[in-house]
Amino acid sequence: MDFFLQLLVNGLSIGLLYGLSAMGFVMIFKSSSVLNFAHGELLAIGAFIFLVLTSWAHVPILLSFLITLAGCFVLGFLVERIFLRPLIGEHLIFVIMLTVGLAAMFKGLLLFIFGGNLHTYPDFLPDGLALHMGAVYVPPVYVASSCIGIVFLTLFGLFFKFSSQGIFMRSVADNQTAAMSLGVHVKKVFALSWAIAALVAGMSGIVLGIINGTNVHEISAIGLKVFPVVILGGLDSIGGAIIGGIIIGLLETFTGGYISPSLKDVVPYIILVFILLIKPYGLFGLVEIERV
Amino acid sequence: MRAYRGQPRIFAPEKMKNRRAELKVEDLCLNFGGIKAVSNVDLEVHTGELVAVIGPNGAGKTSLLNCITGFYKPSSGRILFNNTDVSNLPTHELTRLGIGRTFQNIELFPGMSVLDNMLLARHIHCRYNFGLASLFWPSVKKEEMRHREILEEIIDFLEIQHVRKELVGSLPYGMRKRVELGRALALEPNLLVLDEPFAGMTLEEKEDMVRFLLELNTAWGQTMILVEHDMSIIMSISQRIMVLNFGEKLAVGLPEFIQGHPDVIKAYLGETTDLELEA
Repeated sequence: MDFFLQLLVNGLSIGLLYGLSAMGFVMIFKSSSVLNFAHGELLAIGAFIFLVLTSWAHVPILLSFLITLAGCFVLGFLVERIFLRPLIGEHLIFVIMLTVGLAAMFKGLLLFIFGGNLHTYPDFLPDGLALHMGAVYVPPVYVASSCIGIVFLTLFGLFFKFSSQGIFMRSVADNQTAAMSLGVHVKKVFALSWAIAALVAGMSGIVLGIINGTNVHEISAIGLKVFPVVILGGLDSIGGAIIGGIIIGLLETFTGGYISPSLKDVVPYIILVFILLIKPYGLFGLVEIERV
Repeated sequence: MRAYRGQPRIFAPEKMKNRRAELKVEDLCLNFGGIKAVSNVDLEVHTGELVAVIGPNGAGKTSLLNCITGFYKPSSGRILFNNTDVSNLPTHELTRLGIGRTFQNIELFPGMSVLDNMLLARHIHCRYNFGLASLFWPSVKKEEMRHREILEEIIDFLEIQHVRKELVGSLPYGMRKRVELGRALALEPNLLVLDEPFAGMTLEEKEDMVRFLLELNTAWGQTMILVEHDMSIIMSISQRIMVLNFGEKLAVGLPEFIQGHPDVIKAYLGETTDLELEA
């Protein structure tokens, strides 16, 4: 039972992280129908900016966290401005291919600068952050990541529900033509969705880096995990992304704990296939009915 | 249901003074590759007018409206709105300048209520900032109340009180058209652009819509451009009519003039050849 609870807690906190990172992915998809294949690289960039700031420049942790988030936000904004905006109005497949190119470019750049080795952050999380609940021990990293996850989810929830930019983003995702006719600045919404996506990706990257250390290949591979997560949750549902993330996180840790750690990466995909057989639009996806 | 007797405050006389809508389309061309959707079209609309654009299918009516509302960028030519060149402005700036529109295939947010759909249009009139709003400042609350009251007046006017909290996706087609008109009105547009407001409606729904549009235009002075296929309605409500065919202007004039215009009759009915003469 203790083992079960331990796995449950680990799975939940990892899952929350997947969910957060998938949220960025869904936001881009919802507002502009673009599948962002460079998502994993955005995660890695966040992790490495944090690495540079903490280990090399010795900036205080909290400050480097904030600088990293701001940096990722600006990066997402620039990527939209420089690479994606000229392609507005082109076929979607061009834009998707562009993100594949971006992924290669970012990965190459990171490998060029940092090499393919494993880097680790200095140990900065206080041990007092760990939770002991009976026999269940939650390491400080997981506590911290869960807290960050919950705080950001709440913030984004409030942002989408109440702020005018959030409402504009939802309106563009729902019906772009209508949003345009009501005076919503659609290009600003695209830019903002890329910026926010890069921000949450960067944040997930940092936390993943704290848990496993940062390695370009590994972190960008984890970025690809957003695909099972968002397909499971339904490509166009932000809530679905979070729940999809938690499900994948739980599946991973339980398989790793009860069956075999080497099966950990495969089982989520197998389950995914079965869920999609039953619910082809994902758990919370919008069922599209086309009238001919 | 009782018709709304009062005048919505968005049409109060002191407001209408600022609702100048002088539209001037000069030599407008729009090409899609080799296809000339609109070629060399001129059009003038003055404040308080109701101008209709008609023409056979594919004549470029909707393309013209899309240029005026900023959804398409004209290939050449100019569009002047209140003496400023708006040909290349993005849609969000045009909305702020006072051009509101509806669409041929209703564009609403189906998962939201009628009220929420219309509320989104009010954002261009919001004066409060993020800081005050997040503190629920009294002035913010007051302003939000005012926006809501304005919407209620529009809702009363369009006789959609009973559906104000329903999801738009669950409403019948004619009702959705009305909601879309209400949302465009909530922008308080100087120029209201309507793309086929009567398409696909039952006779009764059409009569209601005609009543609303006439009241808006004649009683309150709302300037409008509308594209429509229903000739009997067009002839009876519009002050001037422009006829397009294959992207070109055929004629502009009063309804009576258009009705008797030989080119217009030819465009709609096709050329008649006297078979006996040929034989």
